[in-house]
Amino acid sequence: MTTTVPTAAALALGDDALVLSHRLGEWAGHAPVLEEEVALANIALDLLGQARVLLSTVGDEDELAYLREERAFRNLQLVEQPNGDFAHTIVRQLYFSAYQHLLYSQLAAGDGPFAGLAAKAVKEVAYHRDHAGQWTLRLGDGTDASHERMVRACTALWRFTGEMFQPVDGLDVDWAGMDTAWLESVEAVLRRATLPLPEGPRSGAWSAGAGRQGVHTEPFGRMLAEMQHLHRSHPGASW
Amino acid sequence: MATAAAHKAYGTEEEHAGTAAYERAFDAAVAADGRIEPRDWMPDAYRATLVRQMAQHAHSEIIGMQPEANWITRAPSLRRKAILMAKVQDEAGHGLYLYSAAETLGTSREELLDKLHSGRQKYSSIFNYPTLTWADVGAIGWLVDGAAITNQVPLCRCSYGPYARAMVRICKEESFHQRQGYELLLALSRGTPEQHAMAQDAVDRWWWPSLMMFGPPDDESAHSAQSMTWKIKRHSNDDLRQRFVDICVPQAESLGLTLPDPDLKWNEERGHYDFGPIDWTEFKEVLKGNGPCNEQRLTQRRKAHEEGAWVREAAAAYAAKHSDDTKAEQA
Amino acid sequence: MTNTDWPLWEVFVRSRRGLSHTHAGSLHAPDAEFALRNARDLYTRRGEGVSIWVVPSAAITASSPDEKDPFFEPAADKPYRHPTFYEIPEGVKHL
Repeated sequence: MTTTVPTAAALALGDDALVLSHRLGEWAGHAPVLEEEVALANIALDLLGQARVLLSTVGDEDELAYLREERAFRNLQLVEQPNGDFAHTIVRQLYFSAYQHLLYSQLAAGDGPFAGLAAKAVKEVAYHRDHAGQWTLRLGDGTDASHERMVRACTALWRFTGEMFQPVDGLDVDWAGMDTAWLESVEAVLRRATLPLPEGPRSGAWSAGAGRQGVHTEPFGRMLAEMQHLHRSHPGASW
Repeated sequence: MATAAAHKAYGTEEEHAGTAAYERAFDAAVAADGRIEPRDWMPDAYRATLVRQMAQHAHSEIIGMQPEANWITRAPSLRRKAILMAKVQDEAGHGLYLYSAAETLGTSREELLDKLHSGRQKYSSIFNYPTLTWADVGAIGWLVDGAAITNQVPLCRCSYGPYARAMVRICKEESFHQRQGYELLLALSRGTPEQHAMAQDAVDRWWWPSLMMFGPPDDESAHSAQSMTWKIKRHSNDDLRQRFVDICVPQAESLGLTLPDPDLKWNEERGHYDFGPIDWTEFKEVLKGNGPCNEQRLTQRRKAHEEGAWVREAAAAYAAKHSDDTKAEQA
Repeated sequence: MTNTDWPLWEVFVRSRRGLSHTHAGSLHAPDAEFALRNARDLYTRRGEGVSIWVVPSAAITASSPDEKDPFFEPAADKPYRHPTFYEIPEGVKHL
């Protein structure tokens, strides 16, 4: 079944998982409550596991993670956004896990090269979506202060959500249908959480493109510098 | 880790005319290697010692996340990154188990965290040392976790039930921590000359602080004797330290690294390794707050707690608003 | 309880189908949904369970150590409740 894995697709999905896992890993030791340290680490580990499988299908996982330049990464700009406050992290999780769940459900139902991986990952992602949804409710409908923070986070990340539905070469899914389903599911969670659906555009007004084209936001370069520094300082070494 | 209804302190001594009888029963249970459970009568000093020790242990787990988390974002391979994340996560989990165990004696986690944040309760001084290179992650796993395990295994038989049960779970989970550290160092030791040097440097810096983790020498240890009688502690500081040294010497040889102690040599007569004198001045200074990272560790901990307050408040507010919905759904 | 202090929950985990739920430990959570999720993350991250119960710790009524004797001692002197109390001739089967 897995005769040819489309490289662009493996990198897109793998980089999404890798980069978001890295961002979640930055929470270690900083979470708002001890129970949440454990929860965030579980999600980060699920994503890192997905990334390793995906990247390994098209090359050496470490070469791909540590030796590519920024422009060669194919992840969405959404996942590279800095953690911000806990509201930003939760909204990033909400937007991304809703997307990833729809995408992996479709891939798992098909018979393409990612069906096996997606079938396993979709269960993990269902939990991530639930986690983000539960927190969205509590923060949106918690205190005035938490509501305010959530409104800000929802709005700030909104312009990174359009990119998710740009077709990726090698993934045979209904992108437009996914976009509609995504909007419905996110809107439903936000409504229950007493949060308004952000207005404004869902993509940046820049013709150069976005993450899937290898064009990233400023914080990503710094993230990669930190992530790759040690590995690159010892060329050829094994760890 | 027992039930909260059972958490409430079991009366005070004044309430009980028969304190002497309770005390005899307590002493007999401890002497017979029985377990004391949360609502059993216990001497106030026993309770206080346990709360202090469990709290300090829990604090050490959560402060101990920091030096290693320092390397999560820079881990040099994805495999190592996954291992390190899982390990730091375990430390949060172990903190949770231990705070729960402490709560069985009626002290809330909030109270204990407050004491940590205000400096009224301590955590293990070892975490006031910095992790300067990637090899430090390995040295912590091998030496610091190794020393911790040497200390903790006997605690699985501690006389206080909830503490002993927490320790059983922790020891089981921690066995991977030490092995991953050793494996990490082995890869470095057998790697490039730069990697080897990095590993040796880390071992040079962590060896002595690890030996200090067993606490002051027996003749200067303030709490030891009483804790041994109560079977909260099973072996003396010096015995455990010696055991640790004996275990480490051959392990270091297999690693191809040297331990930074010229006096280290096998003593046929004692059947143990002799080792050089420990610099207790450094230990006391770090304990007093003058270690390289005391301020940094506590500041980060307080910051995480303060910055998380709005999140905890929001969830509590939501629960208060919606407690009726949940009941309606379940009905 | 301050407004940021979440209540304590007791966690019971069924390690595999066919076994009963066993007390695993406790944790803090703002409500039941989160208690379940936190329990899943904390107490089953090494595959220790297939089902979880969470109970507010405050909802548990425990027997008191003071009543230990009247509660439990009377059961100790009734050996006829146990099969080993009875003598059966050798060779009798299926009993």
